[in-house]
Amino acid sequence: MTDSALVDSLRRVVGDVRVERNELHLFDHDASNLIGRAGVVCYPTSTEQVQDIVRECARHGTPFVARGSGTGLAGGATPIDGAVVVCLSKMNRILSVDVASRLAWVEPGVLTLDVTRHTERFGLHFAPDPSSQQSCSIGGNVANNSGGPHCLAEGVTSAHVLGCDVVLSDGTLVRFGGEEPEHPGFDLRGAFVGSEGMFGIATAICIRLTPNPPDVRTMLLDFSSVRDGTDTVSAIIAAGMVPAALEMMDRLCLEAVEAYVHAGLPTDAAAALLVELAGPSAAVAADAERVREIGEQHGARSVRVARDEAERALLWKGRKNAFGAIARIKPNYYLHDTVVPRRHLSEVLEHVYRIVASHGLQVLNVFHAGDGNLHPLLIFDRREPGVVERVHAAGAEIVEVSVRYGGVLSGEHGIGLEKRDYMPLMFSAVDLEAQAAVRNAFDPHGLANPHKVLPSPAGCGDVHTHVEGMWV
Amino acid sequence: MTTALERFADEIGRDDRVWIAGHGSRTSVPSDVRIVRAPAGVIDFQPDEMTLRCGAGTPIAEVDAVLAAHGQYVNLGQAGSSSGTVGGALAHGHDDHLRLGRGSMRDSLLEARFVDGEGRVIVAGGPTVKNVSGFDLCRLLVGSRGTLGALGEVVLRTRPLPRHHEWWRMTDVVDPNAMLDRLHRPTSFLWDGGTAWILIEGHRDDIERSRGRFTVEVVQGPPSFAALPHRHSFPPSRMVVTTPDIGEVGVGLVHSSRPGPRADVPDAIRAIHDRLIDGFDPRRRLNPGLGHPLDW
Repeated sequence: MTDSALVDSLRRVVGDVRVERNELHLFDHDASNLIGRAGVVCYPTSTEQVQDIVRECARHGTPFVARGSGTGLAGGATPIDGAVVVCLSKMNRILSVDVASRLAWVEPGVLTLDVTRHTERFGLHFAPDPSSQQSCSIGGNVANNSGGPHCLAEGVTSAHVLGCDVVLSDGTLVRFGGEEPEHPGFDLRGAFVGSEGMFGIATAICIRLTPNPPDVRTMLLDFSSVRDGTDTVSAIIAAGMVPAALEMMDRLCLEAVEAYVHAGLPTDAAAALLVELAGPSAAVAADAERVREIGEQHGARSVRVARDEAERALLWKGRKNAFGAIARIKPNYYLHDTVVPRRHLSEVLEHVYRIVASHGLQVLNVFHAGDGNLHPLLIFDRREPGVVERVHAAGAEIVEVSVRYGGVLSGEHGIGLEKRDYMPLMFSAVDLEAQAAVRNAFDPHGLANPHKVLPSPAGCGDVHTHVEGMWV
Repeated sequence: MTTALERFADEIGRDDRVWIAGHGSRTSVPSDVRIVRAPAGVIDFQPDEMTLRCGAGTPIAEVDAVLAAHGQYVNLGQAGSSSGTVGGALAHGHDDHLRLGRGSMRDSLLEARFVDGEGRVIVAGGPTVKNVSGFDLCRLLVGSRGTLGALGEVVLRTRPLPRHHEWWRMTDVVDPNAMLDRLHRPTSFLWDGGTAWILIEGHRDDIERSRGRFTVEVVQGPPSFAALPHRHSFPPSRMVVTTPDIGEVGVGLVHSSRPGPRADVPDAIRAIHDRLIDGFDPRRRLNPGLGHPLDW
């Protein structure tokens, strides 16, 4: 039961407070498969209201969970044990754009793609482009240090966040970083990005805007083996090129996507690479030629170059909407997000295929090959008895094999609840204590989104799983 | 077998005050503390991974040479001077005048193995170019001058060296922001209130085409910052440059001959710093005597 005194206090400080179970159940989970229990949902419209909400939570000793669009895939925004959900979707204003400084201040509920839509007129864009960019929010991107295909050349969210106004767990408002390039002391901004809502709530975010490239070329290369494709990836990087994006899809994925978007994808190929080059025109032309040569040296069956913006958009539509296509094969899916050294991509993929087959499941692969960020997508029908357990068992093996090859648990989706218990695969007890010390430095009260990221025996009594997924 | 990292941790121990020395090119070593040096040497470099693992005590010149042989570099904020060690550059965390195009050096640190005040080896981050597994401790270590822990071994992200580059000198630049807007992502844009020095990198034809649009003199490099040891930060569009200072257009950093005003820091920010140091070196035995990080 939610503390009624807390609800009364919250109603005094914020206009929109929801307590009805039939509404709350929508906030019991994010886009992951983990269901918790929301106690109350508040919709603040200002930094002051967020401060007031957090102060009331502190006074009552009740944990709070910040939530943006709820597109997270690791349970980072899944509330536990009746926590207060601070839903930031009404704080969705672009506060200011400084074109000359190439930066903007935005509220956390602003949708990621809306920043680029808004700044297009100035020839600028926000570089991180998670596939969920039409529906995810900047606040969530900051919490997860999100990636996206174009982070290969431009870097992940952390490189594009200059500062954050943050409400700490006692309600104090502080600024980490800011518009100036250097600040005294430690890089608290850098630590805050990727802290999965456990260090406080960002209520305004200063983001870097990137000039649009003068020229862009998008190419699709297809191969008769996955290894030819991954070898091409390594060879492109070894040749001294960092393409704007370097994405891979395997056969099952190509088939599913082609049936959905009709982009003329090579459905008989074992794998296809989507390569995008961006920059001044001579560099783009030279690199495109080099990519073609490297591809052909590694057995590319064909090299297709998008002739115009429409064709480019079609190729990207295929890549970014892969998840929608999958529903045509099986109703449910479960997505992993490990990263492995590029040179081990094909071996790890072979393991993935073998693991999945041994559990009687199917897998599609669509991923950020350029930075070794795998996204094996296990597809299934949860009505089939025992299948959920098999999906989890296969997932655990995929994570283990990735770490064994020198990889990491997550490249861009975060740890949240989902991969929390895998953390000891990468970190010792001492390493994890150090991470807990950082958490404690920002939130000594432990009220901001507790029980995530760091393995803990406490809490999570009422978390259960369903299996569904959303973005790739 | 004891690794170099374990020996480093043993040397740091858990008792007396220690100073982690690099080459001493940035901070002179105090006389009243025990000196410990981090392991040196490149451990692993995979050109097609664009990552390099090395001891924190490795000279930057050595790393530069290994990378240059494969057409790569690492951004350690050391353009124009490769003195000092990798660990020293990371501990100081200062960016160089190429930040406009190359980004911040703090993004170069992917993984750190460091020793805390209790002599324990801690792993932060991960070896791959992309990683969100756990909190980003690496960002805190960069620029912490060893007060949170002593860097022992690091994995760095490398980049391809640009194929061609050219420094331009341009006189009578009145509105540097407008000029920046006419260039596509220069690597550096320095301005002293009248003269601009601009670094363009990339394909030769693009550089030539771009040069043809302006009246510029091709020069060897930018002026020296030796007489401008102080750094003042501004929002880029509101940067104030007064003679003889040099500002980084698009970045907002001014290299100045004069110390800047001291910013007031809120108590809550100070408290986070104090709790961080309490968490990693509660007895303040690592690199003692530097004062509070907010006062550096």
